[in-house]
Amino acid sequence: MTVKVKGENLILSGDLTEKFFVSDTVIQSLKNKKHLVVKNEGISDWNQKSVIALYTGLRQLSALTDIQINNLPEGMGHLLELSLKTSPKDKESDLPKEDFLEILGTKGIFVARSVESGFCFFVQMIESWGRQIRGESIYRKKDFLLALEDCGPKAVMIVSLISFMVGLILAFVGALQLKNFGAQIYVASLVTVGMTRIMGAIMTGIIMAGRTGASYAATIGTMQVNEELDALQTMGISRVDFLGLPRMNALLLSMPILVLVSDFVGILGGCFVCVFLWEIPMGEYIRYCTAAFSLQNFLVGVFHGFIFGLVITICGCYFGMTCGRNADSVGRATTNAVVYSIVWMIVMTGIITLICEGFGI
Amino acid sequence: MTSPIIKAQNLNIGYDNRAIMNQLCFEVKRGDIFIIMGGSGCGKSTLLRTMIGLLPALSGHVMINGIDIVSADEKEKKYLVTRCGILYQSGALFSSMSLFENVALPLEQYTSYSDQRIREIVKFKLALVGLAGFEDFYPSEISGGMRKRAGLARALALDPEIVFFDEPSAGLDPISSKHLDDLILEINKILGTTIVVVTHELSSLFNIGKNSIFLDSSIKTISAKGNPKNLLKNPPNERVLAFLTRGILDEKKS
Repeated sequence: MTVKVKGENLILSGDLTEKFFVSDTVIQSLKNKKHLVVKNEGISDWNQKSVIALYTGLRQLSALTDIQINNLPEGMGHLLELSLKTSPKDKESDLPKEDFLEILGTKGIFVARSVESGFCFFVQMIESWGRQIRGESIYRKKDFLLALEDCGPKAVMIVSLISFMVGLILAFVGALQLKNFGAQIYVASLVTVGMTRIMGAIMTGIIMAGRTGASYAATIGTMQVNEELDALQTMGISRVDFLGLPRMNALLLSMPILVLVSDFVGILGGCFVCVFLWEIPMGEYIRYCTAAFSLQNFLVGVFHGFIFGLVITICGCYFGMTCGRNADSVGRATTNAVVYSIVWMIVMTGIITLICEGFGI
Repeated sequence: MTSPIIKAQNLNIGYDNRAIMNQLCFEVKRGDIFIIMGGSGCGKSTLLRTMIGLLPALSGHVMINGIDIVSADEKEKKYLVTRCGILYQSGALFSSMSLFENVALPLEQYTSYSDQRIREIVKFKLALVGLAGFEDFYPSEISGGMRKRAGLARALALDPEIVFFDEPSAGLDPISSKHLDDLILEINKILGTTIVVVTHELSSLFNIGKNSIFLDSSIKTISAKGNPKNLLKNPPNERVLAFLTRGILDEKKS
């Protein structure tokens, strides 16, 4: 194959299927010409690769030069003509570059807006709850029951399994240390206090964020994609009432109960380790458990569960309702719902702990 | 019958202060089938979303039945909601609810009818759109064309004065599309409902359109008004002609 430049002509000949390219020197020599004719002088073979090579070379010229195509093999000429018809857009380097401060400012404004809209949504949720108490809210009891079934009975198994494991681990790790002092029996107290005060609530919260919070965000996000949220709005029905309330009610009701289940099963997990591994009699374990159990700790745990329920619903519904209108946004909404639920649960745990400290609870 | 049911004055529409269309002025007469046409991405759907109050207008007014949707308060908006039905591009049926529940929702919401009466109305509306017997089906169990018809039944539930259609023929085969067009004509004729359709489907807009506006993205405003058939006979400019003839005349010229 050969590529030759003669005046305003670019002459191609030979087999263009192998190792064909338009070199930079050729392009440079053509750069200042107003007209260019691509000519065929005995092309023996060509394929799409040769057109791509030719296009790659010529596209830089196409903005300033009038390119004509002369007697190229039929398909090749058409392909080249079609591709050169649209002149390439400005290069990326021509776009103004953002400096560091500009990026920082844009990010800052974005974060401030997100916090503001998240807070607004929280207020809307509370208002919606107020409307419910006054009996003015619009939602279907059936939706509430379905949501309740999903985050209640259907979640018990997974919450139990994880809590059993956590109780087991607490007991095992605790006993390894306490054994040094011959105080394995205090494992019972450790597990009871640990599970009831905080671990039960945290584990339930994390499971429900991944299970229910994600499902809220995905369901509501898909409704956004499907224009269902628009339909609600144009029917004059508040989306926070119609979609948020049944979910919030269901989760606020089921979370404390799930925490209770989690506490109980966790203590059972500890019992399993003590009885079968450390050979502590079951009666002893139960006696130390009841001695360590305090109603105060238990209620603090349940309160945590209630607050986590609120956090999960708000994150799930907020990210669902602010979701974009394509599949990718639904994925992002789901991820955000879970991540922010967990972050806010940890923040709320800190705040509750501080308050409890303050009141000496 | 004299005053226009919808009147747009100096309406500027767009997103985040970026105008897509400027200075839109048009009127929709009562009982008309009004087509909003234009190329892809020219702002047809944005105009529709502004007209139904889903998107705030950048400036200007849209009066529906004498109420300005741009500045309407909650009470006026509630009133407009009951007077306007909307069929979304995808039907936008609530996927967790059966067809019956979908159509019944606005009735439960805005009327004090008894359950028995609501049941009768819903069955009737579903039968009107050819879905008798499908009351207990869920949106995922029926075809795209049926979903659109069910969406129409829901839009008609409250006997609105105006029904808006967002690309009714999108995603439908020619026959289903024709059926939907016929349904639109019948509803317009029998119930006297004013109909506003956003579409770029030529066969459909010639078939049903009595009046229209053409949104021109090159000049960012309306470049033609009138009956689509008349516009084809006496095109006011080349872009309208190219649009209405699928650019065939364009090609012939060159």
